[in-house]
Amino acid sequence: MSDRATLGRPPALLWVPAALAVVFLAVPLLALVLATPWSSLLADLRSPDVLAALRLSAQTSLATVVACLVLGTPLAWVLARVDFPGRGLVRALVTVPLVLPPVVAGVALIAALGRSGLVGGPLDAATGLTLPFTTAAVVVAHTFVSLPFYVISVEGALRSAGEGFDEVAAGLGATRWYTFRRVTLPLALPGVVAGSVLAWARSLGEFGATVTFAGNYPGTTQTMPSRIYAVYLADPEAARTLAMILLLVSVGVLALLRNRWLTTGAAPRVGTGVVA
Amino acid sequence: MSGLVADLDVPGRLRAAVRAEEGDVLVVVGPNGSGKTTLLRCLAGLLPGGPAEVAVAVGGRCWTSPLLLPRDRRVGYVVQGQALFPHLDARENVAFGLRARGVERRAARDRADAELERLGVGHLAERRPGELSGGQAQRVAIARALATDPELLLLDEPFAGLDVGVAATLRVELARHLATYGGTTVLVTHDAVDALALGTRMLVLEDGRVAQEGTPAEVAARPRTDHVARLVGLNLVPAGPAGLAAFRPSAVTLSPGAPTAPSGSARLRWRGRVEQVVPYGDGVRVSVRTSGDGPDALLADVTAAAVAELGLHPGVEVWASAKETAVTRYPAGAADDAAPTLRSGHGD
Repeated sequence: MSDRATLGRPPALLWVPAALAVVFLAVPLLALVLATPWSSLLADLRSPDVLAALRLSAQTSLATVVACLVLGTPLAWVLARVDFPGRGLVRALVTVPLVLPPVVAGVALIAALGRSGLVGGPLDAATGLTLPFTTAAVVVAHTFVSLPFYVISVEGALRSAGEGFDEVAAGLGATRWYTFRRVTLPLALPGVVAGSVLAWARSLGEFGATVTFAGNYPGTTQTMPSRIYAVYLADPEAARTLAMILLLVSVGVLALLRNRWLTTGAAPRVGTGVVA
Repeated sequence: MSGLVADLDVPGRLRAAVRAEEGDVLVVVGPNGSGKTTLLRCLAGLLPGGPAEVAVAVGGRCWTSPLLLPRDRRVGYVVQGQALFPHLDARENVAFGLRARGVERRAARDRADAELERLGVGHLAERRPGELSGGQAQRVAIARALATDPELLLLDEPFAGLDVGVAATLRVELARHLATYGGTTVLVTHDAVDALALGTRMLVLEDGRVAQEGTPAEVAARPRTDHVARLVGLNLVPAGPAGLAAFRPSAVTLSPGAPTAPSGSARLRWRGRVEQVVPYGDGVRVSVRTSGDGPDALLADVTAAAVAELGLHPGVEVWASAKETAVTRYPAGAADDAAPTLRSGHGD
């Protein structure tokens, strides 16, 4: 850092707001830690309702990540590699859920997939299947809000991995699918992992779209955030313990992933080597 | 013709007819932006363009009608900067093309090992590109291109970015490999040494057109473009209405005043200013920017004693002259007659 010192002291106009931002972000978490009735934490962890909500959150967030991998990776590839008319429009469309309030997303999902919805109506008439207020609906809602994070992250990684390697692979006799499998995807792996973590985190915290589209039924659609909100309405004190549990789980998983994956820099380009 | 027959027309970038026999090493030279890499990409099928623009036939088989995808062409392309797959080790890089064509894993690896061994990097099979030096990576890249038994080998500046010593060694080895390679090679380079050491044919591109074609020795002896003249270290000046004159820098004499022409020995002479003075071999190479209707710049090789005696340093006015006996004169326009027009002479 000594070489940076030669540039002069950091201006107060920058470091004072920076310090304020840190305080602003840290104080609520600190308050939560201080206010948590730690003695009841273990007892709460053993309660069937909390366990059910935790299990459901784990299952639905993982299912969301899988859905993002299966649907989002091809979409990211198409956006990064295929020049088709309306690509800009599709990319804009993909980013809309990023700025959409989650409740609005829930209402939109009902309009589309509800029992009398655009798609849900015919589906109900044809098969008798209805989506809302099922565990599947939770995954649908989560995927709807998480997919954009995933696609944007992976598209960026695919772009920076460059088309140069695609051409090299094609020249060596590879089909596009073989190239995708053996070259493009491995090189974009850091982006895929980062996108998965983003999607997973978004899914774990998702509340608005879920309660609107899937409801808040313990055991089938009540995820941890919904559980926390339900408990909070009845007993604000008890909600702190649950909030603490969710905080610990998410921070723990992020900490585990961070060392291995999230510090990875930009994907390699043609002409530069990477030592694993 | 069993080798390479190509008529290329990429609007605004390249318009050239390219011919080479099997076993030929066609060296392509030209200034930056003259279309060298475009030519290689065309042959590899990496530029969009229908058969109307690009006609390529290799080994008697047409690659452009119907248009073959890059992966269906039997081509080995070593792009500039190697572009080895960074996540695969050297062996997997070389085996990639075979695996992509459905060769079974075991066989592909054996072939890759043999190819790496041939290029002298067999012991590095398990290293990733990031753990290889520039010369080693280039050897792996060449092994990768050769592993699929291409009929057409494309090399884009294979020695660029390598240390001088490494490049020299690799050049010698490559010459040996190319001598045993049965297909046609097209090699793009910036270096006259590459052309003379490796080439059997030479093609000079300028502004996307073929400016000159011939054996490397012919082109080096009678360059038609300033670029090639500079590459081979010759002075090239216009002479007469449609002629060129080439002469070595060592044939140039510098003097402070206008040289008097002894009767019977005509001399070419120009007036100019010394631009640069650099050591060259056991003498000094002086670059003179000429004024008037001569060439832009002339090179003169003089002795260190002459530099001191004439006080040659940048800015000094001098006269440069060349003995007529040391000058090769030849017509300039032949390039246009020799360059085949697009889509004529196809299949001969």
